[in-house]
Amino acid sequence: MSFNLREYYTELSKGDVILAYKGSITSELINDVLEAIETKLEETNTDSRLRKKIYNVLVESLQNLFHHIEPHHEGITEDLDPKFGVVVIEHEGDSYKVTTGNFVQVKRIKFLKEKIDKINSLTKDELKDMYKFILNHQRLSPKGGGGLGLVDIARKSGNKLEYAFYNYNDNYYFFNLTINV
Amino acid sequence: MEPISIESTPKTPSIKFLPEEGVIEIRGRSIPENSIEFYKPLVDWLEVYAKDPLQKTQVNIQLEYFNTSSSKCILDVFKKLEAIHKSKHDIVINWFYEEDDEDMLEAGEDYESIIRIPFKMVEIVD
Repeated sequence: MSFNLREYYTELSKGDVILAYKGSITSELINDVLEAIETKLEETNTDSRLRKKIYNVLVESLQNLFHHIEPHHEGITEDLDPKFGVVVIEHEGDSYKVTTGNFVQVKRIKFLKEKIDKINSLTKDELKDMYKFILNHQRLSPKGGGGLGLVDIARKSGNKLEYAFYNYNDNYYFFNLTINV
Repeated sequence: MEPISIESTPKTPSIKFLPEEGVIEIRGRSIPENSIEFYKPLVDWLEVYAKDPLQKTQVNIQLEYFNTSSSKCILDVFKKLEAIHKSKHDIVINWFYEEDDEDMLEAGEDYESIIRIPFKMVEIVD
């Protein structure tokens, strides 16, 4: 396979890492990560506005993983935990970097890429309008997802969303999303 | 109608609903993965309240964070309030935000522009 999960994770874990996790993305895991980060951010005396932004970005990106990762990936030969995902949070100078990773089926890539490219092309005001439009017009899915997560992440971070799709096999790619806060 | 009081949890806010006084309060963090379950009872109560509301209802919203899942449910709450407001009953919405939390202030302004009820933005200064 062209994409090596182990190498990817090792590479990602270099740098000033505050938290690194690979495994099942469950509700409990999300609670644990949020709690750990809150404590860490308080310890480092990070500015409260930045703390809130990081926390918000984390909530949304983790809950995106939670809502969108399939419990089992058919056709992936590696021994993966159900609802497998990766999350790494790093400190970079005055800012923070949140990276999430998960397997996505080939058929979903086009939609995802178009959505992120669209979000990245918008100005601050256009993003606000997009958020309000989706908020007001789109129904929540039965699982509670609303189509707002990426838009909200982009608004809160104030930066472009960085992403990459790594080819894993015929059916799956690995989707890497990096958010600079 | 009976008053309602729900305690906060690490992921959900406290809810106080005092129909005799006309006071509704939502305070804390709202970050459940599926917010529909959490907010449904409040939306249902508001529907009942809307049938015979007080002349004036005060709504206090003081949230530290809310996720996008909650943001839709909170809008549903506001839409129920909007219906009460349309039927010529006063609604006062106090939207609290911490000092310097521009994101929360902006969130309040987003709602205000969607809902036809005036909001009062209240900055909390330590």
